[in-house]
Amino acid sequence: MHELSLAESTLELALRHAQGAGATRVTGLHLVVGEFTPLEESSLTFYWDRITRGTSASGSRVSIRRVPARMACVDCGRALDPVTETWCCPTCGSGRLRLTSGDECYLESIDVEGEVA
Amino acid sequence: MSRRVEIVEDILSANDHLAAENLARLEAAGVFSVNLMASPGAGKTTLIEQTISQLRPRLRLAVIDGDLATSLDADRAAAAGAEAVQINTGGQCHLDAVMVRRGLEALDLSQIDLLLVENVGNLVCPSSFDLGTHRRVLIASVPEGDDKPYKYPGSYRAIDALVLNKIDLLPHVRFDVDTFRRGVEILNPGVRFFLMSCTTGEGLTAWLEWLEAEVGERRAEAVT
Repeated sequence: MHELSLAESTLELALRHAQGAGATRVTGLHLVVGEFTPLEESSLTFYWDRITRGTSASGSRVSIRRVPARMACVDCGRALDPVTETWCCPTCGSGRLRLTSGDECYLESIDVEGEVA
Repeated sequence: MSRRVEIVEDILSANDHLAAENLARLEAAGVFSVNLMASPGAGKTTLIEQTISQLRPRLRLAVIDGDLATSLDADRAAAAGAEAVQINTGGQCHLDAVMVRRGLEALDLSQIDLLLVENVGNLVCPSSFDLGTHRRVLIASVPEGDDKPYKYPGSYRAIDALVLNKIDLLPHVRFDVDTFRRGVEILNPGVRFFLMSCTTGEGLTAWLEWLEAEVGERRAEAVT
C-alpha cells in the first residue's frame, strides 16, 4: 500500500515543478531509488496509471533508476556489496561497515511539453 | 517538443516538510517524542503499557496509536493511564506526518512531557515516512530471528535506538544476539541498544532511564 502514497507524492511533486516550468503536460518522470529503499516498481506503475487520469500527467511514463546498495569498511575503506557479500570486510576482517549508497528515493527530472501562453 | 526539467527532490519531501512542522510544534511545547516501529507482535503495545505505568508517577504521557482499524491499542494505553489518540489508517500500512499532525491537534501538548507514537505493525513501510518525532525506535523480538537486520535493512536503518524484546525466550529459540547486534550497528553506527523482556521486566529500567533523561533535556531546552 505505501506505493500508493509514494505515487501520490511523486505526482504532486511533478505537477508542481511542471507548473513552475510553465509546461502544460508531463510526459515522463525519472526517479532514482536505492536498492535498500522499499519500493515495488510494478505496484507503483499500477497506481500511477490510475491516479494520473484526468491530470496533466495522464499517460506519462515513469522510469526508475535503481542505485545498487554499497557498503564501505570504516577501518580500511574497502567497498563491498551488502546483497551478495557477507557483512564483514573481506580485506581486513573488520565488522565496522557503513552504507554508502542504496537508500535514495528522489525525483531527478521530468519531461514536459507545452508552454503556458 | 518535449523538454526536460531537472528537479532532484526527495519524493517524500511533502511528508518531510510536514514532519518538520510536527517537530517544531513538539519542540515549542517541550514535548519529547518517540516513533515506535515494529512487526506485528513484537511487543509495541506491551512496552508502551509498561512504560506508562512505570513513568506515570513522574511524567505526563500521551500515546498516538496507529492501526489499520479498531481502538484496541489506544484503549490499552488509556487504561494504563496515558492520554491516548487512535488514528485508524483505513488499511494504509504506515503512519505518515499528516496523520500524526491530526493526532497532535487532538492533544493538549502543554500538558504532556512524553509522547509515544505507536506505528502500524509492519517491518517495511513505516521506515520511509518521517513523522517528526525526536527519536525513531525499532522494537525487534527474539522469535523473529537474528537475521532480520540483514533481510530488512530499510527498516533497520535510520533508527536512534533498538529494543530487542522477549529475551526471556533466548534459551528456547535459535537466536545469536551478536549476529543480530552487528547487523544493527552496521546500519546504524553507535545506535542505542536495549535488551529487554516485557514479561520479566528485565532491561526495562535502562529504557525508562533513557526516556526520562531525554524528557529532562527537552524540558531544560524549552525553559531556556
